[in-house]
Amino acid sequence: MLYREAGDFKTSYVADNQTFPIKFDRYGYYFILGFAFLVMPLIINDYWANSIVVPFLIYAIAALGLNILIGYCGQLSLGTGAFMAVGAYGSYKLMTAFPELNIVFVIILAGFVTAAVGVLFGLPSLRIKGFYLAVATLAAQFFLIWLFTRTAWFYNYSPTGMISAPERFVFGQAVTGPRASAVSMYMICLVFTVATAWLARNLTRGSLGRQWMAIRDMDIAAEIIGVNPLMAKLTAFAVSSFFVGISGALLFTVYLGAAEAGEAFGIDKSFLVLFMVIIGGLGSIFGAFAGAAFLIIGPVLLKLLLVNGLGWPTDLAAHLEVMIIGALILVFLIVEPHGIAALWRTIKEKLRLWPFPY
Amino acid sequence: MKLTRLAATFAATMIAAGPTLAETLHFPSLSYRTGPFAAGGIPFADGYSDYLTLINERDGGIGGVPIRQTECETAYNTERGVECYQSIRGDNPLVLQPLSTGITYQLIPRTMEDGIPMHTMGYGRTSAVNGEVFNWTFNYPANYWDGASVIINYLLSENDGSLEGKKIALLYHNSAYGREPIPTLTNLAERHGYELLTIGVDSPGQEQGSQWLQIRRERPDYVVMWGWGVMNPTAIQEAANIRFPMENFIGVWWSGSQQDVRPVGAGAHGYKALAMHGTGTDYPIYEDMQRYVIDTGKYAGTGDEVGTVLYSRGMYAAMLAVEAAKKAQEIHGVAAITPAMMRDGMANLEITEELMAELGLPNFGPAFSVACENHGGSGEAMIQQWDANAGEWNLITDWIAPDREMIMEMAMEDSLAFAAENNMTPACMN
Repeated sequence: MLYREAGDFKTSYVADNQTFPIKFDRYGYYFILGFAFLVMPLIINDYWANSIVVPFLIYAIAALGLNILIGYCGQLSLGTGAFMAVGAYGSYKLMTAFPELNIVFVIILAGFVTAAVGVLFGLPSLRIKGFYLAVATLAAQFFLIWLFTRTAWFYNYSPTGMISAPERFVFGQAVTGPRASAVSMYMICLVFTVATAWLARNLTRGSLGRQWMAIRDMDIAAEIIGVNPLMAKLTAFAVSSFFVGISGALLFTVYLGAAEAGEAFGIDKSFLVLFMVIIGGLGSIFGAFAGAAFLIIGPVLLKLLLVNGLGWPTDLAAHLEVMIIGALILVFLIVEPHGIAALWRTIKEKLRLWPFPY
Repeated sequence: MKLTRLAATFAATMIAAGPTLAETLHFPSLSYRTGPFAAGGIPFADGYSDYLTLINERDGGIGGVPIRQTECETAYNTERGVECYQSIRGDNPLVLQPLSTGITYQLIPRTMEDGIPMHTMGYGRTSAVNGEVFNWTFNYPANYWDGASVIINYLLSENDGSLEGKKIALLYHNSAYGREPIPTLTNLAERHGYELLTIGVDSPGQEQGSQWLQIRRERPDYVVMWGWGVMNPTAIQEAANIRFPMENFIGVWWSGSQQDVRPVGAGAHGYKALAMHGTGTDYPIYEDMQRYVIDTGKYAGTGDEVGTVLYSRGMYAAMLAVEAAKKAQEIHGVAAITPAMMRDGMANLEITEELMAELGLPNFGPAFSVACENHGGSGEAMIQQWDANAGEWNLITDWIAPDREMIMEMAMEDSLAFAAENNMTPACMN
């Protein structure tokens, strides 16, 4: 009744091709954006920003990036953690080498550095596919982390091998370092998340995105109809790594403040982001957000409920959390193999006919 | 939408659970009872909690104010550690003890900003001994550089005062923790003329085949280990496999507990480790512990860790925290102290042998006093050796002093570099 396209007339091609053709969707989107930019900064407190919202936004960017590679272009990658590390170490080297450079540009440049590294490790994808490619990217994961822990230049010869983000400002507000307020950290992450999501959505709707999907669906057929697999695969690796690099840079500079390659960007990070993409839904922008929300917010809420709410012992809660999240992942994959995004699509289909289904 | 409403409900419970009405002293515990390092995290957390419970049950708290304990699970993971910190920082935590060098590095700038004292006993950032820069961070009674120096001093005494031409291998956990002693050992190598070989083991450390192959090839005279968690028993097993003489294998105090040597059985006999405090249940305090905590069933965890090395360490950490709180109450004349007052108590802490005996822990730890210029205590440690037949650790030396002059010099340099990086002017707070 509320959610339908009947009566929503379009008079131009631009209007017909917009991202949210249904009025209800569009207004919902504007509402969420308005809420995120105007209301959240007023109500957010330190705990919510630092434990839930900021990591959610940062991992959403990583999931968006990996979703482009796996969900849109069909290239399996297990090197996400290492590419995040490239973003983090890239931003660290840029921050310390050019202290005058604004942090926003540092993060974007770190994204470009990661894109270059991603293209390099994407080259094998021209020859190998599927699980074999996954193993090749796994090599990237181990090689890059090894490089960052063994080469002292990357951590500026600090005796402990940790990198720590110096204080940086945007519009006079500290966004990195211990003095950064919850609002400024939230805002910089939000701006990057919205910008990358907007970019991802429009890239995947354009000719580049169509090329990626053609390669994903059947690469030989795509080649026959004129898609250049070299360009399509390498651009997918570049764009995906760019996003992942931005997310790694934000994770290090804004959220963690200090990091160590092996500990913060290990193989478990790669799997975490991969699970986000799979649970959220392959080939869906909304899926990246849903997956990140599920795997970042879920454990924290569960902990709050079990430990703070019910007063259970922390170790029991931690074990239960692993079991519950694991079980939920299984349930999702059995009940809805295409992820939360597909579930959301089904709900929308049903809503269109509601309350008179035929 | 459903998620937001759920979140709001949780937020409500969280806020409601936060501030308590009655006056209490909040001692949080950032513990790890899960994950690859749980074997070390559980006994420490149990010892820490049991001592605080004992103080509550026997003395009715500190200066008449009951202790409130909270626990937050970090799984030795820095991201979860930060989340834990955020969840307790608004709740007047008197002192933080994260038991992880990685988390310590995350929290040092944050605690400085928020004014919450942190005690990293035998771990964390060594240069925090300079209290003029690290006003809120304490690492008494000993730190990693002390430990490295104590081991070298012990080896010097074993070799009639000269290590000329000897080869010493450092087998370290490849993380901020394991890399910490390298500068000291390198400096000492120049001074005493031994050759240092550094061999890293990637976390968590179950794979050490290539490292021990290297040790076998290089034939070092001594192997010094900076390991934690599963890395310790693996290394000791590997050493036993290649028949490396166990008495020449020395671990830091985090590599010298029962769970590190027991899995290796008889092969671990003779393995040595640093000890920063006594161990076992032969201390008068255990009578009270039995009566007030264990017999009443108020112990933390399963209660089977009582008296082990890491349990003793957790208890020691809690004891030092309680003494600092008493000192703070004495300085400020208030019973319900704040984190800032607690800092003053820690900065003026004085532990004497009489005090230790009075607390039921005679000769348990070194006597030391804390001052603004020295947040690191005395730095002394003993050497203990594992007797696999009796299944116990035996102390084989008295307290050995580190080369404090050199360490302070290095710590000065490192801490002033930190101050310069962060635009701070080093100054004492009191």
